[in-house]
Amino acid sequence: MNAEHAREVAAAEFWVYLMTDLIMFSVLFACYAVLHTATYGGPTAAELFSLPNALVETLILLVSSFTSGLAMLAVHANKKDRAMAWFGATFILGAAFLVLELKEFHELIVDGNGPQRSAFLSAFFSLVGTHGLHIFTGLLWMAVAMVQMKKKGLSTFIVSKLERLSLFWHFLDIVWIFLFTVVYLMSRIA
Amino acid sequence: MEHAEHKQQATLKSYAIGFALSIALTLAAYGLVTERVLVGGTLVAALLGLAVAQLVVQMWFFLHIGEETGGRLKLATFLVTLMLVLIVVAGSIWIMGHLNYQMMSSPGAMQKYIEGQQAF
Repeated sequence: MNAEHAREVAAAEFWVYLMTDLIMFSVLFACYAVLHTATYGGPTAAELFSLPNALVETLILLVSSFTSGLAMLAVHANKKDRAMAWFGATFILGAAFLVLELKEFHELIVDGNGPQRSAFLSAFFSLVGTHGLHIFTGLLWMAVAMVQMKKKGLSTFIVSKLERLSLFWHFLDIVWIFLFTVVYLMSRIA
Repeated sequence: MEHAEHKQQATLKSYAIGFALSIALTLAAYGLVTERVLVGGTLVAALLGLAVAQLVVQMWFFLHIGEETGGRLKLATFLVTLMLVLIVVAGSIWIMGHLNYQMMSSPGAMQKYIEGQQAF
């Protein structure tokens, strides 16, 4: 009972961190909203962004959010192998998302549309890049947690860690929904 | 034991419902843009509405806000944060938009103004 309470406190404290992270994202969103038309004679959002690519990224992240939920169900049912499998699937999906994002960044930079091209692109790379960095951190964390889970089993400490990890992953999916809407979908508004 | 089984079923169900709703909302938003169902301000409002709907769906079905113990704390800190986020985002858009208006410098307008000045 005491251990359960400690886990709840840890999750609540992590939640407060997520809220401060949300404030940081909101500032980057505000920058993007203010600067998205400041193209300095360069290409606009409508010319640069591919909607099908963004949709695929969104669906991948959404499925990974679902699989991380299934992994937590397995953790709470004390089924280690099943939890490993679902976290493995989540990791692969997260990595696929990151590959697509880096491919998009690479293409933009190769075409001379890097962050230094205009205020609009600086804001774009800051906002989307910060989210990508969070995904990368989440993947590192997931890899470490999976190794620990494999070695030590589902101890209270590891379950607590996995709970916070899944919270982090769902949070990143929610932030991406707004990125997808504001950066990609709204680029098509005349 | 039976009780635990039942509880787990319910959570799997909630994840599945949340997942299905999220996919539907994402595809709806995408369809609104690609099929050109709406334009301009109406489209912006509809897209923001769908994104907020998905936020609520995921908060409820994935993060279980308001369901577990300590949920009140999560909800309260979230609402305070939401207020800060709205002030930062809406405030920035409002103030910077107003500033641009006072300077009459939409990029195009400023360009025309500069070109209009003979001795510059």
